Amino acid sequence: MATTSEALPGITEDTLATREPLTPTQLAWRRFRRHRMAMFGLGLIILLIVYVVGGAFVFPEKFANFVNTSIKLQGPSSAHPFGTDAVGRDILARTVYGGQISLLIGLAAVSVALIVGVAIGALSGYYGGWIDGILMRFTEAMLNIPQLFLLIVAAKYLGDKIHNFELFGREFSGSVIVIIVIIGLDSWMYLARIVRSQFLSLKEQEFVTAARCTGTSNVAIMFYHILPNSVAPIIVNATLGVANAILTEAYISFLGLGVRQPTATWGNMLEDANRYLETAPWLWFFPGMMILITVLAINFVGDGLRDALDPRTMVE
Amino acid sequence: MGRYIVRRLLQAIPLLFIISAILFVLSVEMGDPLATFGGRTVIKSEDRKRLTRQLGLDQPLYVQYTVWLIGNDWMRLDLDGDGKPDVGSDGKPIYGTRKGVLRGDLGTSFTTKQPVTEMIAQRLPNTLLLMLTSEVVILIISLVIGLVSALKQYSIFDHTVTALSFIGYSMPIPLLALGLIYVFAVYFKRWGLPYFPTGGMFDPQAGPGWQQTLWHMVLPVTAISVISIAAYSRYVRGSMLEVIQQDYIRTARAKGLAERSVVFVHALKNAALPLVTVVGLDLPFLLAGAVVTETIFAWPGMGRLFYDHTTRSDFPVLMGIIMIISVAVVIFQIITDLTYTYLDPRIRYD
Amino acid sequence: MHTILEVNNLQTRFKTYDGLVYAVNGISYNLNEGETLGVVGESGCGKSVSVLSIMGLIPQPPGIIAGGQALYHGSDLLKKSQEELRHIRGKEIAMVFQDPMTSLNPVLTVGFQISEALQLHMAMNAEQAQQRAIELLQLVGIPQADRALHNYPHQFSGGMRQRAMIAMAISCMPQILIADEPTTALDVTIQAQMVELVKRLRDEIGMAIIWITHDLGIIAGLAQRVIVMYAGFIVEHASVDDVYDNPRHPYTISLLGALPRVDMSREERLTSIPGMPPNLIGLPPGCPFAPRCRFVVDKCLQENPPLTSASPNHEIACWVDVRTGGPR
Repeated sequence: MATTSEALPGITEDTLATREPLTPTQLAWRRFRRHRMAMFGLGLIILLIVYVVGGAFVFPEKFANFVNTSIKLQGPSSAHPFGTDAVGRDILARTVYGGQISLLIGLAAVSVALIVGVAIGALSGYYGGWIDGILMRFTEAMLNIPQLFLLIVAAKYLGDKIHNFELFGREFSGSVIVIIVIIGLDSWMYLARIVRSQFLSLKEQEFVTAARCTGTSNVAIMFYHILPNSVAPIIVNATLGVANAILTEAYISFLGLGVRQPTATWGNMLEDANRYLETAPWLWFFPGMMILITVLAINFVGDGLRDALDPRTMVE
Repeated sequence: MGRYIVRRLLQAIPLLFIISAILFVLSVEMGDPLATFGGRTVIKSEDRKRLTRQLGLDQPLYVQYTVWLIGNDWMRLDLDGDGKPDVGSDGKPIYGTRKGVLRGDLGTSFTTKQPVTEMIAQRLPNTLLLMLTSEVVILIISLVIGLVSALKQYSIFDHTVTALSFIGYSMPIPLLALGLIYVFAVYFKRWGLPYFPTGGMFDPQAGPGWQQTLWHMVLPVTAISVISIAAYSRYVRGSMLEVIQQDYIRTARAKGLAERSVVFVHALKNAALPLVTVVGLDLPFLLAGAVVTETIFAWPGMGRLFYDHTTRSDFPVLMGIIMIISVAVVIFQIITDLTYTYLDPRIRYD
Repeated sequence: MHTILEVNNLQTRFKTYDGLVYAVNGISYNLNEGETLGVVGESGCGKSVSVLSIMGLIPQPPGIIAGGQALYHGSDLLKKSQEELRHIRGKEIAMVFQDPMTSLNPVLTVGFQISEALQLHMAMNAEQAQQRAIELLQLVGIPQADRALHNYPHQFSGGMRQRAMIAMAISCMPQILIADEPTTALDVTIQAQMVELVKRLRDEIGMAIIWITHDLGIIAGLAQRVIVMYAGFIVEHASVDDVYDNPRHPYTISLLGALPRVDMSREERLTSIPGMPPNLIGLPPGCPFAPRCRFVVDKCLQENPPLTSASPNHEIACWVDVRTGGPR
């Protein structure tokens, strides 16, 4: 008897559905790649990372912090492509170092939010009952407080309590830690809700019952069985959370309550800009644009991730 | 329906208590309100002690919180610190004067000595003006842009709008606001075009008036609205696209209805419904934007009040503003829920 | 008998990311005045797409009407503009869809949705339309019609909703009613009621019906003629009696064998058709049913059989005579 492909010309392997199935990750990556904007965003992010890391090799930190009031408030020139600020520091160099901190704060704050949010969401969704009740009440309370107001108060409260510290031979203001912690502690709620709803639906599934039957502990079930299956919306939310954290840091620092000297961030570079609005627009333009580009790139990537990881299209 | 409102309000009460407790602790401990007293001269230590007692700042936290809540007019004061309740000129013990938040007394500002309620009342209308105008602008423009985008999917208009939307909601408010001022206020003036003012609610020379206010509102409202419009027009577009795929739209077309009827009668109502919830619940975000915008545009609103008094650790004012806002958020949530119920016939609360 | 709809060689395709989907591949049939035509086939065989193509309700792109005609009283519907088609839809040719929950607008009252068509096509004003709508609801057997008018779709049960849809469809006395699996989403007992209702309305109004279903049992009491579709082709076209008593296409035979029947003995097993329906992207050159057919011969894999006459008024598309196993 002739083999299938010989007897039926025109029927390809695909038609007979004998393709080797792709793993979910490969599938997601393929879909992500189709998204032109997302790939563009990814490219931008890579460029940004090169900028803030590579720029540090071009401009030593001393240069970025070098105060020279004789050249203050100069417009963009060949010596200072982004101009100088109110005390004569080179803005281009400061955007490099400021960028390092801004990006760092974004990632770190989301990490804090992830830890707290996933923990609370998982416990709430898995155990249900009064644990769920209390945790959700607490979450709701936090959600009802307008974010910026809470952050302003918290920033002021913790403001000087943490001292400057040294890392890799560079001095950092304690306020960096403060900002990371308070932004993180004010954004976990959204993650908690998502994780909770995922756990609520997934815990009824049969693979959980099966795991229980073999005596797996609750903690193991939560973290090894359920959590990996709910990773998709968590990733999307966390990615967009980084953009949000960077923006929030910018707002608080702009108001003067965020990261303090000696550490620069894009946000606190905007602080003085209000005063020199008319006379020195380069003061706010360049840091502002850096923030815009970064957040834009992250939003593109987040959008692509959302499409690529959409559970509805995961079932082929 | 009435029972539903009551139930929601009752649910909100423990919430508000929790919020007030958390924020109270933070506010009281965050700084030293007395640091700014006395102006340029450093405050003398016996004055400091006296003021501390007068303002009740020497009491333990839970006492301060209780006083804040229910006042101290039932407590006998001991302002001279001698351990014995003070006695007035008529020989009777002196009681406190505060009635507490639960009775409507938000306390007195440390810095301006005004009752907080009065201060907020002065500023609240200005913020409301900005917020409500922005909300209306956002709703209308998002609906229009989202609708047109969905109907002309993949057209140049749609692609342009999508690109601009992404930029719009990635934009940090300071960049947008400062940029707007720079272009429309500073440069327009230089180019001799009619220009917008850079701040405040009215021109000091012209004096206050509704025309002045309107003119001064344009830039701040734009700054607040752009970001939300960028986000919501995409949302409306997505919602509309989803609705257009639905079976009942196919039925409407199969009945021979004109496309205009299909879009505006059958599709729009379904697509716009979720927008109500989303926009309604967005109030906290708008308020946050208000803080930054009011600061940049020197708009005399609650956001700026909050910021100014944070730097001075003036916690009665801060707590007052936060509580008012929290209550407003809760009420607004209830209103949004009710509006949604009214509009969507599938949901009825019993 | 007067032919009111003549479909000739209708072909519809869809452009997708994975390729061109050949949904309808040259189907032809006639519909006579007052006649009920059953269209039978499994999911994805093109039955819905074919009628949606006729009605002009296939979005193009991604759909493409690649060829054929649909002559309604002699004029080709496929060549008409959307504007022209709107005058025909709802008025001359009406449709009833499968799922009444999703096919009725959830935020508009049932009365409003019925009145719309009346006001549009029958030039009634709001009051007249409302009155007529009440009459229609009564006609389809909805109790308390005057109150039902102001109700929303979610307040009805499944069967009632479908009745409302039917009321909406027949409101303008159409010449053709196209019913796309109207009973699939309903309970069996309700299904029987629906069929009775439609028969009664058909007799009263005298409309022709195209009834699409994958359930052979329903067709028996309703249609005069039946076409069986597979992979976008018509494989058998005969009177309903012939299809049941004398099926000549292997697919039809398999479908009938898969039908649970009250008079089956306990030991008889339902025969399921082995294999899977074909992928409509890149159809192989031979007969589309060949991979699953138990009568298959070499010719079947090489050439797609055309629809030819097996006996008077009975056409099949097959190379094999199922009675003998040999060529036709």
